[in-house]
Formats: sequence, structure tokens, C-alpha cells
Amino acid sequence: MVAQARAPSAAPGAPAGTAIDRRRQYYRFIYPALAIILAVIVFPWLFTLYMSVHEWKVGSAREFVGFDNYLKLAADQRFRESVGHTLYFTFLAVLLPLGFGTLAALVFHRDFPLRGLLRTIFILPMMATPVAVALVWTMMFHPQLGVLNYLLGLAGIPPHTWVYSPGTVISSLVLVEIWHWTPLVMLIVLGGLAAAPTEPYESAVIDGASRFQMFRYITLPLIMPFIVVAAVIRTIDALKTFDTIYVITQGGPGTSSETINIFLYLQAFAFYNIGYASAVVVVFFVLVVMLSLLLLYLRQRAKWT
Amino acid sequence: MTRNVVRSRPVGRRIMLKGSAAALAGLSAPYLNTVTAYSQTGAFNWKRFQGQKIEVAMAKSPRGDLLQKHEKEFVELTGIQVGSEQIPEQQHRQKLVIEFNSGNPSFDVQMLAWHVQKRMVGKSKWMEDIRPLLKDAQITAPDLDFADFGEAGLRWATQADGRMDTFPFNIDYWMIYWNKELFAAKGMKYPQSFEEMVDTARKMTDASAGIYGWTSRGLKNANVPVWTSFMLGNDMDPVHPKTLQLQTTTPEAVAAAALYQKMNKEYAAPGTVGYNWYECQASFMQGRAGMWLDGIGFAPPLEDPTKSKIVGKVGYGVMPKGPKARHSATFGDGLGVSSFSKKKEAAYLYCQWATNKAMQARLLQSGGGSPCRKSAYVDKETVASIKLPREWLDCMTESLNIGRPGLPEIVPVTEFRDVFGIGLTNTIGGADPAAELKKATEQFQPVLDKSEKA
Repeated sequence: MVAQARAPSAAPGAPAGTAIDRRRQYYRFIYPALAIILAVIVFPWLFTLYMSVHEWKVGSAREFVGFDNYLKLAADQRFRESVGHTLYFTFLAVLLPLGFGTLAALVFHRDFPLRGLLRTIFILPMMATPVAVALVWTMMFHPQLGVLNYLLGLAGIPPHTWVYSPGTVISSLVLVEIWHWTPLVMLIVLGGLAAAPTEPYESAVIDGASRFQMFRYITLPLIMPFIVVAAVIRTIDALKTFDTIYVITQGGPGTSSETINIFLYLQAFAFYNIGYASAVVVVFFVLVVMLSLLLLYLRQRAKWT
Repeated sequence: MTRNVVRSRPVGRRIMLKGSAAALAGLSAPYLNTVTAYSQTGAFNWKRFQGQKIEVAMAKSPRGDLLQKHEKEFVELTGIQVGSEQIPEQQHRQKLVIEFNSGNPSFDVQMLAWHVQKRMVGKSKWMEDIRPLLKDAQITAPDLDFADFGEAGLRWATQADGRMDTFPFNIDYWMIYWNKELFAAKGMKYPQSFEEMVDTARKMTDASAGIYGWTSRGLKNANVPVWTSFMLGNDMDPVHPKTLQLQTTTPEAVAAAALYQKMNKEYAAPGTVGYNWYECQASFMQGRAGMWLDGIGFAPPLEDPTKSKIVGKVGYGVMPKGPKARHSATFGDGLGVSSFSKKKEAAYLYCQWATNKAMQARLLQSGGGSPCRKSAYVDKETVASIKLPREWLDCMTESLNIGRPGLPEIVPVTEFRDVFGIGLTNTIGGADPAAELKKATEQFQPVLDKSEKA
């Protein structure tokens, strides 16, 4: 009886044993996927954990060191700074595209001539390859020859050092992210605006609400779930940003734009400290999980009720 | 009768198997050779290993382009097929380490950056010692003329224990590109000493006009050869070549770092702290910098009218004399045979062809590198066909006589460049050179110690 109740696909009145047999047969279909998951996700993770408790440099023997790599990481000022750079970069590279993207979505939601064409032009940066984008921006940032300083000069503003100064490098890199990824946020929020019901606006007009009040109390709550989705996507993207930073600054000047990804790359593929790099991966994973949980919590709160 | 019996005897399964095995062995003999397979009688023959296929791994560079361009010549000469690939420098170096470490690399021949990976490869014996092969007349071309290789290349190609695991291929000499027009405008001559170099850069710098007397690498890691170039002028290597002791806090090292700081902080464009060779080259090509210290291999774009605003106005200056010595920092590449290769002889033939006199002459003609063979520089036909100015060649031949390794021959070269590069970058920001070197030395010493114990 119990087996029948838990197996809705079983024919009514069929013997209990048949349903259990069928369920066993269904499990077989899971095995290929399970094998792949074990091979490409679970095993690499276990192996990473294993390596993280070893001192292992490519070309040398492996030596078990327990949690030494983690303790070394905690004391490594360069790593701590890279965590700070990652969080700072992520904060700006999520918040600013969200703001500009939402603003752009509100503009493109309105009806005006050539809207379709302008919207298409607006989303073009998103289609470009990050490495190509980074190379173009590297030329634009050049303090002596770059077009950005040329434009500042036309406006009578003195030249800027952009990514060539420790103080402005991260904000300049965020500029690239804003240009590249604001269109994505715009598209997601635009979807939210298109799906929003019109009745609340009609009621608000009858009640004499101002345009700002309508935005604040109707539009924003309605599109908030979409903004949160965009925030989740952007956060994951910003956290894993490597190509843009590596191509433009390689983590420099000095280590002023060295994020966890760059630090990890150097340890693993430039210095060949595989054990230490594995410990970085584990710590980075914990950080990503914590941020993801926070965003999921926010997503739950932003759901329409 | 007996004959008939034998003739009429049916062919059994065992005989068939034996015969097939013998035929297969005979057919596949050229494909199964190991390092001992060439020990046959007979004179040297380029075609001895025809039918084999070798893989060549190279870093993306004009040298790689040259080898690929003329690859067909080797195929026709030997009958050996070549599969070659060029991948970006950083990735190529990683590929070598990871694949060598796996014990089953995908390549038979590899281009090796001596200044980064020489000791690592030598210590692990990942590449074949070519000395025994050079003595073998059956596998070494009679016209190889090993004595033609110059001292600088042989020094780089030889490991500390005497093993020679690469053929000398290319040496990059560091020198100073200078803008003749800017020099003439200020009535100045090319500096002959570090002191004059500082003075010239100071007089030439005019920030309001966007003109700076100096440009060189400020980006960490990339900037270390600039500092070591100044160190060599103080007759000091960053690491003692024999004892492998760090010499990075010596007065000479500090003086070199102070000079690095002065040139890049006071006479170079704002933002130099993030400059790699690309940014330096761009500034220099647009006529915004008076002098640029870097490798001689960057010359071709400077004389290309589609890229450069200073065509015909570039001077090629030998490194000025330092307080104690005059040296040009050298870096370079060798070509060698993988110890794990199953086709070592074919790979060895490729190395001989790639570094022969004709190929080395072509390297010089293309301007994409500096050959390691002396003959390339004296061959009239080669010299006459060089498109770059004669001054460039003169600078190269003079640098050849004062060349000295620009980076230490240690395993953790990349970490050395990273740690000291950060310190040097900080000096451009105003940090004290002595303090930065002390900090970097304390940080790097354990890494070096560990690498030598491993």
C-alpha cells in the first residue's frame, strides 16, 4: 500500500512488488549522470581537498602538512589583500551595472522613435568577447596615447592614470565591467517591466499618485525579483572575473588589482604551488557559497507576495 | 623429394603468425626506434628516419613564425613529418612544465626560454643531453659546425653540471632605443654612462609637452630585467651564479634599484608603474619618449611606417657603461629534445636543421631575433639583405661581446620576478629602494632555499 501511494505512476491495483521493481529500473537511468557527476565534480573536489593538505610543488614530492596551507593563507597578507580587492571589485561591478541597467530598462520600456534600433545598439557590448574587450580598453586607458585622456583633454580635464595607478585601478576596471554588462541587467529588468500588470498604475493614477510614488511603490517592488536575479548572475560573474583583469593589469600595479582569481592563477600556474593553490580554491569556494546563500535569502524576500 | 615435401607442406598457424610478426617488425622498424635505433652502420643520412612524425612545441614569437614558415624544407630534407604549434609565451611555459611533469609530454622538440626554465628543466633532466649525440657521426650532420655557436649562446645552453640540453637558437640583448629627433632638438648625444643617461633623461623630459626622457617597464615581474640591467652595470648578479646566494641587498643592488626608481619616477610618464613592453613601445613609437630600455627584438615595428611615427629616426644604442662594468642583459631560447620522446633521433635532426647556418641567417634577416651562430653576422649576403638599419646590427654585434644573463639561473625564476617586481613597482610609488629589496629578499629567500633542497 505504502509503495503504491509513493509511486503515482504505478497502475491502480497493480501488485506492490511491481512498482518497487519499476522504481529500481528507473534508478538505472540515473547511473550515467551519476557517474559523470562523480567523475567531473565530486572527484575533482575530493582531490582538491586532498591536495590542499599537502605541500606539493610541480616536479617535487608530495608531503602531508595537515592544515598548514590554510594557516599560511590566514597569515598571508597578499592573500588577505586579494580577498579585499575581490569583494571591493565585486561590490562595484554588481551595484553599478544594476543601477545603470535598471535605469536603461526604464528608458527603453517607454515608447519613442527608433527605440528598437537604439536597444539593439545598447546590447552590442554584451556580445563582445571579454579578452577582446580588455585589449581594446587597454589601448584606451594608455595615459599618453589613450582615447580616454584625449576626451578628458577636450573637456579641459587633466589626464588621468586609470589602470596605471594603484589608487584608481579597481574603479577603472569596474568601468569596463559596467560598459560590458549593463546591457545584460537592462534585458533582465526589461523583461520584468514587460511582465508587470497595468492595473496598479491605473489605480494609482485615480488616487492621484505622483510619477515618483508610482515608481517607488509599484514599479520597484514589481521588478525587484528580476533585479535580484540580475544581481545573482552579476555577482557570480564578477566573483569569477579573470580575463579582463589579467589582460589589462595582470593584478598590478604591484598587487593593487590582484583578486583571488589572479592570486590563485599565480600560485597554481606561475609558481606551481599546487597544494597552496588548492587551499585557496577551498577558501574561495566557501566565500562563494556564503555570498550565494545571502543572495538566495534576498531573493526569497523579494518574491512577489 | 625432400624439397617437394617441404614445398607441399601446408602452412601452419604458427608459421603464419611468425611470418606476420617478422613482416610487421620489418615494416615498422623505422617507427619503433628509441635512442638506440640509429646505432646502425653507415654514414650520416638525413633521410634515415623518414616516415616518422614529430611534434614541436613553441612559444608564439617571430622565431616560431620563422620555423613554421620554413618547416617544409625540413620535411623535404628528411622525410620526417612535423606537427608544430605556437602558443602564447606564458601558456607555452606552463604547458612544458605540466606535460613534462606528467611523464608523457605530447611533443618531441620544444623551444625553451633559458631565462625562465633552464634550471627547472636541467634539474629534472626533462631534456636530452645532446653532448653524446654530437659525438655520434651517424646522427650528427657533418656540416653542423658546432664551433660556429658563440660563447653567449653556449653559456646559456649549458647546465651547471655540464649537461647541454638545448641547441642555442636565439639571444635577446637589452639595449636602448633612442629618438634621434628628440635628441637633436635638445642638442644631445647618446649617453655613454649611467650618469650621462640620467642627465640626458632629465634634460629631455618636458611633462607639459607630454615628452618624457625615459620609458621602461614598471609592471611587476616584467620590470625586473630593467633593474638587473642596472645591476650588471654595477658588476653584480642578483643571485651568485655558483653559490646561488641572493645578492639583492648588496650596495650594488640597492644602487641599481635607486637608479630604477629615479628613471621611472622622475623621467618617465605618469602611469609607468603599470607599463609592460607594449605600453613602452607605443609611447616610443609615437615620439613621446626619448629613450626606451628593452630587448633588441622589438625593433621591426619601430621601422614600420604603418605603425610608427619615428621611422628613420630611431637610434640603437648599446647599454651605457655602469659605475663598475658595461654589460648587456641577455635572455634567450634554445631548442631541445624531450627525454620522454620516442623519436629522439628525428627530434635531434629537427634541432640541427632549425639551428643550422641558413636558418640562423634567416633569423637575422627577419629582425625577429639575434642568432647564436657567429657566421650569421659576417655573411655578407645576409647582412646586405637586412631591412633594419645598419646601426641596429652594429648594436647587436657590440652587445654580443658584453652579454651577461639578465636573470638568475634558479628554479623559481617566476617567483623571483614577482616578489622583486612588486618591490620595484613600490619604489616608483616612492618607497625606499633599500627597504623594498630587504623585504623582498626576506620573502624570497625561503622559496629559493626550498627549491634547491627539493
